[in-house]
Amino acid sequence: MPALWLLLILILLGVIGYVVGRARAVRSAGGNVSDLHSLPNHYGSFVALSVVVPALTVMLIWLLAQPLVLNAIVSTDFPVVAIPENASVDLVMSDVRRIAEGLDKAEAQGVLDQSPLNTIADDAGALRGMLAGVGVALGADVTPEVLSASQSYRALAASGQGMMTGLVLLVALVGFAYAIRRTHKEFRARNVVEAGIKTLLIFAASIAILTTIGIVLSLIFNTLHFFRLHPASDFFQGLVWAPSFGGGSELGVLPLLWGTLYISLIALIVAVPVGLFAAIYLSEYATPGVRAFAKPLIEILAGIPTIVYGLFALLTVGPMLMSVFGRDGLGWMQAGTAVITAGLVMGIMLIPFVSSLSDDIINAVPQSLRDGSYALGSTQSETIRQVVLPAALPGIVGAILLAASRAIGETMIVVLGAGAAARLDLNPFEAMTTVTAKIVSQLTGDADFASPEALVAFALGMTLFVITLALNVVALMIVRTYREQYE
Amino acid sequence: MSDVMSNPGRGLQTQDARARRRHRAEVRFRAYGVMAIATGLILLVILLGTIVSNGTGAFRQAFVEIDVYLDPAKLDKKGNRDIADIKKVSTFGYAPLAQQALLAEIEARGIETPLRKAKEMKNLLSSSAAAQMRDLVIAQPEMIGQTVSFRLLASSRVDGYLKGRVMRENIAKDKNISVEQLDLTDALIQAGVITSGFNMAFITGSDASESRPEQAGIGVSMLGSLFMMVVVLVLSLPIGVAASIYLEEFAPKNRLTDLIEVNISNLAAVPSIVFGILGLAVFIQFAHLPQSAPLVGGLVLTLMTLPTVIISTRAALKAVPPSIRDAALGVGASKMQSVFHHVLPLAMPGILTGTILGLAQALGETAPLLLIGMVGYVATNYPGGLASGFLDPNSAMPAQIYEWAKRADPAFYERAWGGIMILLAFLLMMNIIAILLRRRFERRW
Repeated sequence: MPALWLLLILILLGVIGYVVGRARAVRSAGGNVSDLHSLPNHYGSFVALSVVVPALTVMLIWLLAQPLVLNAIVSTDFPVVAIPENASVDLVMSDVRRIAEGLDKAEAQGVLDQSPLNTIADDAGALRGMLAGVGVALGADVTPEVLSASQSYRALAASGQGMMTGLVLLVALVGFAYAIRRTHKEFRARNVVEAGIKTLLIFAASIAILTTIGIVLSLIFNTLHFFRLHPASDFFQGLVWAPSFGGGSELGVLPLLWGTLYISLIALIVAVPVGLFAAIYLSEYATPGVRAFAKPLIEILAGIPTIVYGLFALLTVGPMLMSVFGRDGLGWMQAGTAVITAGLVMGIMLIPFVSSLSDDIINAVPQSLRDGSYALGSTQSETIRQVVLPAALPGIVGAILLAASRAIGETMIVVLGAGAAARLDLNPFEAMTTVTAKIVSQLTGDADFASPEALVAFALGMTLFVITLALNVVALMIVRTYREQYE
Repeated sequence: MSDVMSNPGRGLQTQDARARRRHRAEVRFRAYGVMAIATGLILLVILLGTIVSNGTGAFRQAFVEIDVYLDPAKLDKKGNRDIADIKKVSTFGYAPLAQQALLAEIEARGIETPLRKAKEMKNLLSSSAAAQMRDLVIAQPEMIGQTVSFRLLASSRVDGYLKGRVMRENIAKDKNISVEQLDLTDALIQAGVITSGFNMAFITGSDASESRPEQAGIGVSMLGSLFMMVVVLVLSLPIGVAASIYLEEFAPKNRLTDLIEVNISNLAAVPSIVFGILGLAVFIQFAHLPQSAPLVGGLVLTLMTLPTVIISTRAALKAVPPSIRDAALGVGASKMQSVFHHVLPLAMPGILTGTILGLAQALGETAPLLLIGMVGYVATNYPGGLASGFLDPNSAMPAQIYEWAKRADPAFYERAWGGIMILLAFLLMMNIIAILLRRRFERRW
């Protein structure tokens, strides 16, 4: 792992730089530390930062850019005639990379055998067998063109690695020399170091923006790619979801959206009354002792991972519902995985979410409003229904919208509990499926990212992202607009 | 008021119909609240009860204790004790030995059974038993020719029979066990040949193939989770703290700051599966990092937990009173020094609490891991070292539980529940540490 070694060398250089820089500064002041402009540590940190930060930046950029550049170089050299009829350059390049990776692995494990490489024209299967031996399975035999491309890919990658090591070390040493040269007792090390640290802090804070950009870009590019292969109108207006990896799939999002909304609706029907009444009781009626006992217990439900709820739906709630509504009971249900199963379990998951958010909001209603209402002779429940709840309503609506967004984005419960069939149906005892469950099923397994059946997952992800984002923005807007009305 | 005036005969103390109705409404309303709380608590009890009642079985396992004669005629045909030759004998060579030994044990104890052939013992023993014997012989070839007592895994059907999962009335169509074999199992339990013991292999072991639920363990995926958590901790703590310090202490009120704040609050609400898509597109499609690697899982979970860590860190920084900063600035510290030397140490307990809770959230998260390929992979190999721990394909605890839940054999469901018990134990531990940290170090100013 050369990148790891390079990292360790950089860190070591940084430490040396710190020690040397500090010593040089102290020496320049003739051992009298109070003659220095800054503390000795600042001079050390200055050298260490100058060594590590630029070099690390160069290394990161190189590591990210290298695959792209290599791809571009190798694919322009690739003979066009050698690309099979029904494949694109991207597809061939992914083969090239896999073979290169396999050869690297074979070399690392010491089983690299030159003979299949030389006899590729006569015996194409031998190379495939060798690569399969190191855990790189190929879909087809290797053609000589692909092999030569992957060999040049490997050569370029190796020289790229060497160039990166050289450049990074060069940058580190230049930084070292520059910082040492500037280190002198007059040098304002503290100001420079603090400005540098502040830049790093800003960078850390910007990672949130970078993440959002990453999400949006990865969704948009693949979604556009999908819409080039599959018309957008079919996706947004299609009433049938029937992917088939052989081609001729119908990829309509509406049945999935319906399943998502239906399950979320059932979940909210379960969670909102229970959560809201629990919040009302905890904030208005409960004694401090009951509150201190019941509130954390209910919030445990929020800390349980969703995989647990998924298993609960699949193995406990589903069979239980089957015994009541299934063949032995009312005969309404065909299988344990259904809208109602996933909806009920998701509702349980959302109870603490609704209750703790509403609890905060109800507590924020000023006591004077309640006192005024009592003074007019209303009972406690009348006060709650006619004064506290209307005052807290915007916040509660916001909380419910947040819960809805959580329900729409929930994955594990529906993957395990809702079934796999996409359909537009009103019967809650039928199996239906959701956007999130289909993202999982289209992208797991041996995904070939070029097919519309896999790319549709990105379009689904985009839909999901937009819906949840919109719900959150609306929820926050409602809360913000009405929050200070009573203060 | 007018009521009282118009009815001079009725005092304030007696209730009229309307007051009674209002009070009944009050009682009803209150009862709804009690019912809601009770519903929540009952659901919690049912959920935990289901987990414990279904999961404890995974921690017990049926074993068959027999003496096996390691026949040199079968295991070392050339008789030269050459390790290369011994390795050539596959597990198929060992399985009959165990079956014969079990049959001999039955005859020695005088147990009546219609089963007279060694092959009919096959369904009582796990198919991993042969591998267990082979491992011992390869490790100690001098054992060949001796009679060694083994504690072999019983088959999953026998194990299920002991736990009440496999019942006589349900096995008519089951070709992996018969009624005679269950009768024999009863007799062997009586004789103490088949025993039930604590299943350490479930906690430390690796996942097994679809046909051997009795051998499946969660140990390897636990290591996968551990490596992911190391990545999450190493990245999200410094980045989260740095971002919070900037936003809380240095950021001017401008557009960039607003943009960052909006982004953080939105990211906190993005569904976790979308982070999986991000990881797939950026780390695997674009940066060509290895699929199924804990490193990639850790990176994705880091991005997912960062908002949580940032939000709690900012709250912790905000809780440090401004007088601390003013005092530091007053004695000549720079802004940076006041933050790093005074504010940050005081906020550290709160920051650690938030980080631990973020880690707990990351530990239980499954959906993004499905997309980066940590599922559908049988985690049978322990990582060989640090680099291999981060870069080689592995599973993670929740992904392993999902994997078991999808398999056809109900014996795996018991493992899934057992895995959940272990996962919840970890989460509980992390939460308790967080609570203790808060209790121990929280300061009220």
